[in-house]
Amino acid sequence: MAAPSETARSVHADAAAASASVSPFRQTLGKLLRDPLALIGLLVVTLLVIGAVFAPLIAPQDPYDLAQLDIMDGRLAPGSQSMTGMIYLLGTDDQGRDLFSAILFGLRTSLLVGIASAAIALAIGASVGLFSAYAGGRTDAFLMRIVDIQLSFPAILIALIFLAILGQGVDKIILALVVTQWAYYARTVRGSALVERKRAYVDAARSMALPDRRILFRHILPNCLPPLIVVATMRVAYAIMLEATLSFLGIGLPVTEPSLGLLVSNGYEYLLSGDYWISFYPGLALLVLIVSINLIGDSLRDILNPRREG
Amino acid sequence: MADPVLSVQDLTTSFRVDGQWRSVVRDVSFDIGPQETVAVVGESGSGKSVTAMSIMRLLPPGNARSTGRIEFEGEDLLAGPLEQMQAIRGNRIGMIFQEPMTSLNPVLKIGSQITEVLRQHRGLDGAEAEAEAVRLLDRVRIPSAAARLGEYPMNFSGGMRQRVVIAIALACAPRLLIADEPTTALDVTIQAQILELIKTLQEEEGMSVLFITHDMGVVAEISDRTVVMYRGEVVEKATTEAIFREARHPYSRALLSAVPQLGAMAGQDRPLRFPRVDMATGEIAPPPPTADTVRVNEPPVLKVDNLVTRFPVRKGILRRVVGRIHAVEDISFELRQGETLSLVGESGCGKSTTGRSLIRLEEPSGGTVGMDGHDVRGAGHSELTKIRRDVQMIFQDPFESLNPRIRIGEAIAEPMIVHGLVSRREAPARVADLLERVGLSGEMMQRFPHEFSGGQRQRICIARALALEPKLIVADESVSALDVSVKAQVINLMLDLQERYGLGYLFISHDMAVVERISHRVAVMYLGEIVEIGPRAAVFETPQHPYTRKLIAAVPVADPSRRRRRVVAGDEIRSPYRPADYVAPKRLYREVGEGHFVQIHESEAAA
Repeated sequence: MAAPSETARSVHADAAAASASVSPFRQTLGKLLRDPLALIGLLVVTLLVIGAVFAPLIAPQDPYDLAQLDIMDGRLAPGSQSMTGMIYLLGTDDQGRDLFSAILFGLRTSLLVGIASAAIALAIGASVGLFSAYAGGRTDAFLMRIVDIQLSFPAILIALIFLAILGQGVDKIILALVVTQWAYYARTVRGSALVERKRAYVDAARSMALPDRRILFRHILPNCLPPLIVVATMRVAYAIMLEATLSFLGIGLPVTEPSLGLLVSNGYEYLLSGDYWISFYPGLALLVLIVSINLIGDSLRDILNPRREG
Repeated sequence: MADPVLSVQDLTTSFRVDGQWRSVVRDVSFDIGPQETVAVVGESGSGKSVTAMSIMRLLPPGNARSTGRIEFEGEDLLAGPLEQMQAIRGNRIGMIFQEPMTSLNPVLKIGSQITEVLRQHRGLDGAEAEAEAVRLLDRVRIPSAAARLGEYPMNFSGGMRQRVVIAIALACAPRLLIADEPTTALDVTIQAQILELIKTLQEEEGMSVLFITHDMGVVAEISDRTVVMYRGEVVEKATTEAIFREARHPYSRALLSAVPQLGAMAGQDRPLRFPRVDMATGEIAPPPPTADTVRVNEPPVLKVDNLVTRFPVRKGILRRVVGRIHAVEDISFELRQGETLSLVGESGCGKSTTGRSLIRLEEPSGGTVGMDGHDVRGAGHSELTKIRRDVQMIFQDPFESLNPRIRIGEAIAEPMIVHGLVSRREAPARVADLLERVGLSGEMMQRFPHEFSGGQRQRICIARALALEPKLIVADESVSALDVSVKAQVINLMLDLQERYGLGYLFISHDMAVVERISHRVAVMYLGEIVEIGPRAAVFETPQHPYTRKLIAAVPVADPSRRRRRVVAGDEIRSPYRPADYVAPKRLYREVGEGHFVQIHESEAAA
C-alpha cells in the first residue's frame, strides 16, 4: 500500500464513517441528481416515458383508428383547426393524422422496442460474458471469437438480413436488435468479470463452498454492474436509433404501428414541398429522447468510473 | 547540538474532503541534526507520510495546504514558490518511497533514469553521466553495475530496484534523505540488506535521514531519535533508547507492547496473548495465559502427505509446456484439533499455495490431503462442499475479501443459509451473536464493508469463517496488512477463539515474530519445500537449517540496546521455476529432537 493512498483511504474512511449507511445504488442516484445535465436528461426521459405510457389518455386522437381520421385534414400546418374544431398542435400528416398523437404513440413503440431489446440483449450478453470469464480456457476463447465475429459486421447489415428473412413486426425487430446487441454486453461483462474473479472475495466465497451459480450471479455480477449500466443506457439509445433507421428504410415496423422512424419516413416526400412538420417533429422527438438518454449515460459513466473517485 | 539540517515547527496540513478542510497533521515539530537519523513512527492514518509529503511539498496544491515553518539549512521551504522547491527536491533532499516498482519508470532503462537526474541537477552529459551512474550503482552494491545500466526495471528484483531508487536519491549527494517506508514491501532478508545499506551510506555520505515507518523493530535498528505520531499529532519524541526503555505516553507504550519481539517467547511452551494497555493510564496488564488446546490423543484433523502443486508455464503458438513453477514440492505435515501450525517463509516460497491447495482453490498435482478422514483430492462435488465447510480461510487483505456490495450481515449469513445451518428467519440473531463474539456489535449488520476499518473488517471475516463452525481455519497472512496494535488485538481474538472452539489454525505468515507468538509448531518453507518443521520452541531456539537461521537473523530486533552490525548475505531469493524435464530430487529429513525434523542438505544426502 503506497503512502498517499493509505492517507486517502483513512481520510475517506473517516468521511464514510460520518455518513449513515447508504447502499451503493442510492449513492449513485444521489450523485446523478446533483449533476445538472443528468438531471435535465432524467426529467426529459421521465416526461417522454410518461407521455408514451399514458398516450391513449393524453393524445387528442387515436392515430390508429381510421374512423377518426379525415383525409380532408391532410397536411395541415401546426396550429390549424380541423373541421370538427380540434386544434392540430403539430399539424397533420398526409392522411389527416394528428402528429402530436402520432408522436406519442410512436414513442410508445420506439421505447418498447429500445428497452425490450436492450433488456433481453443484456440478459443474454451478461450471462454469456459471466460464464465465459468464469469458465476460462477454451470455452472462453470460443465464446469470445463468436463475439468478435458478431462485432465485425455492421449492426445495420445484420438487422437488415434478419428482417429480410423474418419479415416485419415488433417482435421481429426486437429479435433483430437483440442479435445485433448482445455481443457488446457479453464483452463488457467478461472484461470486468475477469478482474472481479481474481479478487479475494471470490476466493472467500469458493472456500465457503457456495454454489458456482450463486458466486456468479450474486457476487461477481453485482460488481460488474457499473460498466454494464453505462453500456446499457447508451445501447438503449442506439437500439432506438437503429429501429428508427430500419423503419425509415421501410423494413422495420408495419405502417399500421408507426414508430418515430416511420413517421419521419412518411413525411420525407413532402419535405421539399414545404410541409416540413410531418418529418420534423417526429425527428425532433427522436433527437431529444436520444440526447437525454445519452446525457444520463455520460453522467453515469463519470460517476461509476472508479478512477475519478476523488 | 549543532544547527539542525531540517527543523519542522508547528506543521499543520489539511486536506479538502467533500468541500471541507480536515486537518490530517497538527502542530508537528521536530529537528534533524547533521548526520542524524530520526524515525517518525505511527500507524496508518497517523499522518507520518503526510508529514514527509508536506516537507517535500508533494501534496496537490488545490486540495491540501500546510502551515507552519519547515526550515531546511536555514531556508523556509513552505514560504518560497514551488519552483524553488524543485531545485531542492531530488537535489539537496533525496527521497525514496515504499514501492520500488512504481517509483521507477517501467519503460525506461535503469541507466537513462539515473543519467537523467545527473543531467538535470548536476549538468553532466554523455560519457561523464554514464561513468557517474556506474559509480552510483557500485555505491549501492549492485554487482556488475556497468552491464546492468542497459536493463529495464522488470529485470531487477524488488530489493535490487530499491537499491536503484536509492542510487537515484544519492545522485546529487543530498544533505537529507527522506525514506518513506522503504522496506515495508520487501522480504525480511532483503529488508535487512537495505537497512544495512542505508546505514553504511549514511556514514559514507555524511547525510541526515528522516525514516518513516510503522515497524518498531526497524526503528530500534536504525534511528538515533524517534518521533511517535498518533492521529496526526506528535505524542512523544525522545532518543530511541529512551523510548524503548521508558516510553511516557500511553500510546507509545501500547505500541511497544503490541510489537512482537523475536525471542520474547523463550521459556514459554504455549502461545501467548499480547498484553493489554490501558490507553488512559498507560498501565500494562499482563496477558492471561492460554489454555492447552492441542488434542494430542485424537487423530490429526489434517494430514498432508507429499503434496505437490506446480503451475505450467506455456510458450509459443502451440502453448507447449516449457517449464513449471514448483510452488509446492513434496511437503508433508499434520495438524491436530486445537493446534496452530505456522508456515513461514519469504515471498514465492509456496506457503500461500499450500494453504490454497488444501481445499483445492488451486488444484494440486500430486500427493494426498486428508481432511478429517476425507480424501480432498479424490473428493466429488458434494464431498468437497463438506470439506470446505470444515476448513475456512481468512485472507490477507480485509479490503478485498469482503464483497463491497453486500451488507456484512448478509455476508455472514449467506454461507449458513446456503448450507442449511439456519433458516432465513433465524439468521439475524445468529449473525448478531457471531459479531459479538469477534468484538463487534450486532447493530453493525446493516452496514457495508467500506464503513469499517481494516481491523474491524478482519474481525468480520473471522466471524464469517466461524459461521460454518469449522474445525480448521487457514489464515493466509491474515494479520500482515493490519497495524501493530490492531494486529495484536486480532491475534488475541484468534487465541480466544481457539480456546473456546478448539480450532486448528494453519497460520501462513512471513512475520517471524508473530509466528513465534501464536504457534504450537512451525514449518519453515523455502522454494516450495519444508526445510525445517518442529515445535515452536525448538525451531526458534535451536534452529538447525541454515535458511531458518538466516531468516531469524534477518528479523529486526525491537531493542536498540541490542543493536548490532550484521553481516548480511547479499544473495537474492531464488525462483522456483524449473524446466519441463526437471525431476525434483527426493528430500530426506533427519529428526534432531522430538518432532523436530530438518531437511538433509544435498551434499550430505549424496554421501
